[in-house]
Formats: sequence, structure tokens, C-alpha cells
Amino acid sequence: MTDATVPTGHVPHLAHHFETPQQQYEAGKLGMWLFLATEILLFGGLFCAYAVYRANHPEIFVYAHRFLDVKLGGINTVVLICSSLTMALAVRCAQCSQRRGLIVCLALTLLCGCTFLGIKYAEYRHKWKEGLLWGTRYHPAAEHEGGPQAAASGGSAGASPSRPAPATVPPPASAPTTGPEAERSKIAPAAVGPSGLAPWVIGRGVPAVPHGPGEPRNVQVFFGIYFSMTGLHGLHVIAGMTVLVWLLVRAIRGDFAGGYFTPVDLGGLYWHLVDLIWIYLFPLLYLIH
Amino acid sequence: MKTQSFSFVHVVPPWLLVAVWAALMVGTLATVAVVGIDLGKLNLWLAMAIATAKASLVALYFMHLRYDRPFLAIVFVTSLVFVMLFVGLALMDTVEYQPELIPGFAPALDRV
Repeated sequence: MTDATVPTGHVPHLAHHFETPQQQYEAGKLGMWLFLATEILLFGGLFCAYAVYRANHPEIFVYAHRFLDVKLGGINTVVLICSSLTMALAVRCAQCSQRRGLIVCLALTLLCGCTFLGIKYAEYRHKWKEGLLWGTRYHPAAEHEGGPQAAASGGSAGASPSRPAPATVPPPASAPTTGPEAERSKIAPAAVGPSGLAPWVIGRGVPAVPHGPGEPRNVQVFFGIYFSMTGLHGLHVIAGMTVLVWLLVRAIRGDFAGGYFTPVDLGGLYWHLVDLIWIYLFPLLYLIH
Repeated sequence: MKTQSFSFVHVVPPWLLVAVWAALMVGTLATVAVVGIDLGKLNLWLAMAIATAKASLVALYFMHLRYDRPFLAIVFVTSLVFVMLFVGLALMDTVEYQPELIPGFAPALDRV
């Protein structure tokens, strides 16, 4: 298409199996977008789990999201949006062969990634200390039974929260019950159920009864979803930062002179996708009404 | 030669990138602000609408979809459609089972 403008001589970065730099560039871009599509499908599974659990147990999400710090989550959102801006500027600098600007923008993006992970680490550490974890590891510290507000301000629990007494298992449900009893689980508890993982799980102390007043059942489900989604997202941030380091090294080496910028563009696409997913995670996890 | 051989590339002007960034910031503030207003079920939909608007800005301008060949946008939107199908059908399915699941926790299991 643009053959007239492409020099007939050797273009250094053009692989021999491509006709023109444009063809090479567009092939790379299509490949990256196909990869991003698979990433969206990967996260789609977790979003599906979130949607199903929230549709069935909204009270868990309303109760448990208050353990998350909106301020920290909001700062992280801002940090990621800023990093997206610097990344987009980096792509622009690479397109215009501005080596210095490219290095600065990539470094700023990397810095934003570090900030995001640092804040995420602080959040995770707080939850680890409070025992606000997934599944059988959900043991909210005793002094916080008053509610999430108390937990948000406190922070003195040990690193390994003490195990509560073995959870009391509701009696085997043989007859249909009415009144408040109807709210109870009627899935056959381990004693009468088929021997599978259930006895093991109950033995490990899954909170079958609420820990504190006003706490709904199975709050650990929220933290399981929270850690799965933010954890997978965090892994993607780490992967994106690895790509950024690689791009930075190449930029310093001067690889992106002469208008060759495809790696920066594709790395940028990945980084923006990470931002895109966080844009949805933030309101879904932190801002539940 | 440097710029000519890459004439197929669209360079987004910096002011546009900064404008998109500002819009994303406003969107973030709006999401946080809107959560304090009680709109019932509408809260979730409003939050998702704002998030989708932000995501569209990122995809269109930061990810160049607006200037790229439409086929890339088709790839992107197709994956989103399939995620929506997946979540939507799963939600429809789980609603069908809820009466058995929540109050009685699957009493049918006892009969098996």
C-alpha cells in the first residue's frame, strides 16, 4: 500500500517473511489483540464468579466490602490511570523517535506500577493481619467482632490469628423447618453427607456460624473472590512491569530509533488492558452500595 | 525516510491524551461520589456505566482503537460479547436454582 514510501533498501527491523514494515506492524498488532482477547476471557471467569455470588448473596458483599479501604483503592485507581497516560505518551515518543522522552515516560510508568504494588501490599498485609482471608483461613480477629468499622481502624492482631473454637455444625436437616430456622443451611453437613471433602473442610473450621453480631454467613466467600481477582490482576501488573523493564532497557540501548516502535506499542496495549480491568475491579469490590 | 516509511502510523496528539486522562480522573471521582447516593439497584448499573465509559476512553484513545483498523476492534468487542454471554447465562441459570438453594439449601439432596 505504502510501497512508494518504503525505501527499497534494507529496513533493519523488518523480518524477512514480511513484505513491508506496515504488514509486520499490523500482524504484530493483531497478534497482541488476540492475546488481549484471551486475557479478557481469563478474567471473564472471575467476573462470572463474582456476579453469581453477588447475585445470590448480596448481603455478604455489602457487609464485607467495608473491610476494604476505599481511599487506598481510589489512590490505586488514580495511579493506574496516570500510568496509562505516561504509557500512551511513551508510545507517542517512540513513534516520533524521541529517545529521551520515551525513557522518561517508561520510567514514570514503571514508577506508577511500583506504587500500585506497594499500596496493594499494604492492603494485603492489613487483611492478613486481621485474618480477613479466603475460605478456611478466614478468622477475623476477636477484637473486631464489633463490625467492620472497628476492623478498619484497628491493626494490632498478630500475624497468625488464633483459631476459633471448632465451628458448630447445624444439626442434620431432616425435616423442613420454618421461621428463622429456614435461614439456616440445609445442605447435609458432613455427619450425614457423603464423605467427600466436607468433613475435612468443617474440621478446618469454616465459619458455619457468624463470628460477630450482624455478620452474615460465609463472609469468607467475598475475600476469596477479592483475593482471586486482585491477585490475578496484581500478577498482570508484575508481568506488565517486566515488559516495561525490557522496553526501558531497549529504549536506553537506542533500539527504538528510526521510527521502529512496535514493541513499545504492544507493551503499551498490555499495560492499558491491566488498567482497563482495574477500572471495573475498583467499583465492583470497593464501592458496593 | 524515518517518518516517511512509517506514514501508516497515526500519532495521537498529546493534548488529546491529557484530555482523556482528565476525563478518566473525573470518571473516577464520579464513581466514588455516586456511591454515597442511594439509588437502590441503579447504583450498580450506574457504577458499571461509568466504568464502561472510562474503559471505552482507554480503549479508543490510549489503545488507539479509534485510529486502527476496525478488525482489531471486532476482536476486542467479540471477546467482551462472549464474556457478557458467559456471565449473563450463568446469572440466568443461578436465578433458576435460587429458591431451592437459599432458604432450604437444596432439600432435594436428601431424597437422592
